[in-house]
Amino acid sequence: MNHLLIMLPILIPLYGAILSLFCWRSVRVQLYIGILTQVCLLVASFLLLFDVNESGIRTTQIGSWPAPYGITLVADLFSAMIVITSAITGMAVYLFSIKGLDKARQTFGYYPVLLVLQLGVSGACLTGDLFNLFVWFEVLLMCCFVLIALGGTKPQLEGAIKYVTINILATSFLLAGIGIVYGTMGSLNMAELALLVRMPVAHPALINMAGMFFLIAFGIKAAIFPLFFWLPAAYHTPPIAISAFIAGIITKVGMYAFIRLFTLIFVTDQELTIPLFTVLAGFTMVIGVLGAASQNDFRKILSFHIVSQIGYMLMGLALFTPLALAGSIYFIIHNILVKTNLFLISGVVAHRHGTFALKKLGGLYLQQPILSVLFFISAFSLAGIPPFSGFWGKFMLAKAGFEIGSFTIVLVSLAVSLMTIFSMTKIWNEVFWKKKPEQEPLLDVVPQQKLRDNRQLYLPVGIMTVFILLIGLYAEPVVAMAQLAAEQLLNSKLYINAVLKR
Amino acid sequence: MEFLLPFLIGILFSASLYLILHRHFFKLILGLILFSLATNLFLFVIGRLTRGGSAIIGQDENVAVEPFADPVPQALLLTAIVIGFGIQSFTIVLIKRVYQSFGTTDLDDMNTTDQIEEHH
Repeated sequence: MNHLLIMLPILIPLYGAILSLFCWRSVRVQLYIGILTQVCLLVASFLLLFDVNESGIRTTQIGSWPAPYGITLVADLFSAMIVITSAITGMAVYLFSIKGLDKARQTFGYYPVLLVLQLGVSGACLTGDLFNLFVWFEVLLMCCFVLIALGGTKPQLEGAIKYVTINILATSFLLAGIGIVYGTMGSLNMAELALLVRMPVAHPALINMAGMFFLIAFGIKAAIFPLFFWLPAAYHTPPIAISAFIAGIITKVGMYAFIRLFTLIFVTDQELTIPLFTVLAGFTMVIGVLGAASQNDFRKILSFHIVSQIGYMLMGLALFTPLALAGSIYFIIHNILVKTNLFLISGVVAHRHGTFALKKLGGLYLQQPILSVLFFISAFSLAGIPPFSGFWGKFMLAKAGFEIGSFTIVLVSLAVSLMTIFSMTKIWNEVFWKKKPEQEPLLDVVPQQKLRDNRQLYLPVGIMTVFILLIGLYAEPVVAMAQLAAEQLLNSKLYINAVLKR
Repeated sequence: MEFLLPFLIGILFSASLYLILHRHFFKLILGLILFSLATNLFLFVIGRLTRGGSAIIGQDENVAVEPFADPVPQALLLTAIVIGFGIQSFTIVLIKRVYQSFGTTDLDDMNTTDQIEEHH
């Protein structure tokens, strides 16, 4: 049963996707299969998280090949938390797509591809094998390629070409890094590698070099400075249902793999990596937030903020204390939810008013007060105003920074928080607060059917907001879980013993 | 022969980067294909080369006879090649679509998604 529990987050979307492919002609059937799949995935992830929380790290061997030889699936608290957050996000995005995505895209395989993307996310989080990690990343990247290009409008194609090119390069770097690791250590099992690097090894420099290959590969995938330029060029181009999921999840999965590998395997040369990560984290935060400040488009501001928030997650890894890593983990969970929700809200706005440009929008506080409140909660969470969720993540990171005396990075992060408030205030003022600019009266008339559809889009946004409020106002269990997860990350003996059964 | 392979890989990597940095679509495709080819070769060589010994265990033996080639890098390589094929074919179709809708072969014409939109 426990083995099945780890497999379920992978199996459920796989079967869902295959079934939906069989029902290619009927979007309605695909929709029902999809909703069923999402519900099952959510339940399975909850069970997995509950199980891992109760009884520690869970592992299973695919095909019953013993540990260092076969492919291992490992679920610890960190991966289980990401899986459940991704399931929640997937559910919301799915509900949003029913009315928020045009019929043509729905007909051409949007639902199966989204399910395969979720399969890739679960796989990348749960695998305990380095090469298998590469394969799962290929699975989810392929789906991202298809989703970004789906529909084939001009901006989408342009965004897709940038995204595809840079990601093929990143993947090749990842593969080269895996090659070096196998060449020097003779293993691909992450637990065995963790064991091997902690013994005296023949070529410590080569392991470092492999680490740098992984840094570049996941640096591109997670959009770390200076490798983030593709993100603001690509993420805002597809329809909002697609970019909400990709923007919410994919960079964070990259960050997940990054944190996993640099706490488990590439820990041998921390005199190099910790200052390097600190500098990268600082620049990622600052450049991201400055980029956001210069934009005038709802989605582009949010895209740049992804980059800035990645900096906070990296900051936790750079400080490398239990509290800092807990902060990072909490921040990843918070950020997936909040970022997806903000994208969905921008989608609701654009669905009703037909534009993302701040200058053309206005007066939404009068027209859609509920949406304004929902945006307000998410935006303040992102900026880190207590008692919303972003505050706790930033608080833990700042406290950890002060504890070990890294004042500069803490000050940078606090300054970036202020800038985030500035960006969110800008959206608030322009979209919700200011008077609606004069335009031709024809554009102001919205058909009844569209208004009804628009109201249905509130449901996923509402669900996400509930979760955001939950992890913000009732933060204690989540923070405690993040701290436990951080301890599991830092105490790699737990991971090694769980996988190798020693 | 073996000492030539690192140089070959190096040349492949530099040639592919040179091609990727060009502005023409076709050179971009060629560059990407060469880049993954170079990576695959790198993966193959760094897994150590052993000639003439396959890791097949004979009927009356318990273990394979040394020296034998490590089968793991070969398996990885095969997987990587297959995945690479899929992605390359997607890229080629994508670039064809881009060419059809933009009517250009110059990557420098594609800079609109980065620009800050001004509304007057």
